[in-house]
Amino acid sequence: MDGWLAEIIGKFNYWVYVVLMMTGFYAMIRKNNLVKKLLGMNIFQTAIILLYISMGSKVGGKIPILDKQQALEGAVQVAGVVNPLPHVLMLTAIVVSVSVTGVALAVVLRIYKEYGTIDEDQILERIGKS
Amino acid sequence: MNHNLPVLVLAFPLLAAFAVNLLGKISKKHVAPWTLASLSLSAVASSWVLMDVLQTGKFTYTVGGWMAPYGIELVLDPLSALMLALVSWVALVATFSALPSIKQEMPGREHLFFSLYLILVSGMMGLVITGDAFNLYVLLEITSITTYGLIAMGKGRAPLSSFNYIIVGTIGACFYLLGVGYLYLLTGTLNMADIASRLPALYESPTAATAFCFLMVGLWIKMAFFPLHGWLPNAYTHAPKGAGVLVAPLMTKVSVFLMIRIIFSIYSPEYAFLGHAGIKNLVVWAAAIAIVCASLLALAQKDFVKMLSYIIVAEVGYLVGGVWLANQQGLTGAIFHVLNDSLMTLCFFVAASAIAYRTGKSRIEDFRGLFKKMPLTMLALCVGALSVVGVPPTCGFFSKWFLLLGGVQAGQWEFVAALIFSSLVNAVLFYRVFEVAFSQPEEGASLELEGSRTLEVPAMMIPPLVVVTVALLAIGLSAGPLVREVIRFAIPSL
Repeated sequence: MDGWLAEIIGKFNYWVYVVLMMTGFYAMIRKNNLVKKLLGMNIFQTAIILLYISMGSKVGGKIPILDKQQALEGAVQVAGVVNPLPHVLMLTAIVVSVSVTGVALAVVLRIYKEYGTIDEDQILERIGKS
Repeated sequence: MNHNLPVLVLAFPLLAAFAVNLLGKISKKHVAPWTLASLSLSAVASSWVLMDVLQTGKFTYTVGGWMAPYGIELVLDPLSALMLALVSWVALVATFSALPSIKQEMPGREHLFFSLYLILVSGMMGLVITGDAFNLYVLLEITSITTYGLIAMGKGRAPLSSFNYIIVGTIGACFYLLGVGYLYLLTGTLNMADIASRLPALYESPTAATAFCFLMVGLWIKMAFFPLHGWLPNAYTHAPKGAGVLVAPLMTKVSVFLMIRIIFSIYSPEYAFLGHAGIKNLVVWAAAIAIVCASLLALAQKDFVKMLSYIIVAEVGYLVGGVWLANQQGLTGAIFHVLNDSLMTLCFFVAASAIAYRTGKSRIEDFRGLFKKMPLTMLALCVGALSVVGVPPTCGFFSKWFLLLGGVQAGQWEFVAALIFSSLVNAVLFYRVFEVAFSQPEEGASLELEGSRTLEVPAMMIPPLVVVTVALLAIGLSAGPLVREVIRFAIPSL
């Protein structure tokens, strides 16, 4: 029991990542409302961002803004500084996720104009009728 | 080689995309020349790069002077240079057909369509030559987002199909990103060559296997490998015809190339194929099932373009199976078939958009009398059909032959059977189309095309039809030298 608890608490952010990802996945597949699907997609992407940020972080790590002089002299302890690369990658991933959301919202708007609803079942019903 | 050609190849369409958007606002006259000029320059430059690579061997281009593994590098080996040339030439040829059909389908919005179109082309070129795993993700999303936009520009059900594609495509891209994340966790680097040099020591780690699974499944979603193909048929059927001619021939094939890239340049064939023989057999079985099911689904379609979309899904099965046969013949077949299949698909979609341009129809039963009305288009379609069935002088026969040999050599008889079955189904499919097209139109029915005079497509649409038809035959006739001189060098060593 203790080992099990320690496992969860010790890797707590990774567990949160898995839970978030599955939540998003469920919403994308199961929800009928197109905007809810989109929200699920965003949660899914956020989960991945959390994973990347977790890999860069270190216990007690400092922010990665270094003094040039110190860095050149080699006086910086790399182990004491948070790895900035995953953060930078995630900035790009956030931009990507915002653009996908933007495109998707525009598409949802066109769907709404076409069918007058954003519920998937009702849309399919309307397609079936026409 | 230290010139800037590789990066110029993708810079031409990218810069022209903005020019088309801005100048197109002023006058629609600017759209066609800018699009065609930039793609022609790209096509010429990419052929030059291919020649260079074949003569002098692989080289890397450092973008912006930031050295790898910190900066992004472009890797030009024979395979990626071949793909680069394929993408740029197919894009150029497709544009001739897209220009008139978009002018008809969405008058007044051509500049918007073609700026997305050009960004998509340049994104695909970037995908095939980038040497950085994360950069690849960004380019994958650039191509996907532009494709979502292009498809959503269609009428009727297009936005809904595009939305489904967005949801599924994002899951695929996120899986890829996760895979890259695990690789970064394991090796601390994102450059493909650098990952490849550090990974062998870590092959035992379950993280390496997890990353491999995520990368593969992500790409399978993107390439519509059956049963992950759900988004493709609707998206391609309802897309504007001008988008179909570009997206259908290239997107799935580029994803197949990325799969080859991951197996051979990041992991090694030993890891992917030999480590777990059970998985290799499973994937080939899945490919065989994909081919059979997609062919049967194609048989059930009444809409011509939807039938073509299911043929694409079946062809993806050929390619995945060919690669996972894990022998020289199968891989030769798969790479050769990437080339042939994009030309065949281009041929079909150009013909379909020509028919839609003249008649506005895409249901097979409405094709009555088309041979008389549009002889040139139907001739091109015939050659394409012969090729997809696999009749000797056309190129489809040769790549299928290599795939069959590979299947026999690997002892994967189910794959061989599926290939033959699918060829027969393709023959039935196109026989059905041509039977209708040869028959005389009934009195009064489907006669928006008055009389029996020929109504060939506009002059703009003739070059792509002719070029593709000739290319299908020429590649078939020169299959031997082509495999010996080009494709053999393109094959990563097994």
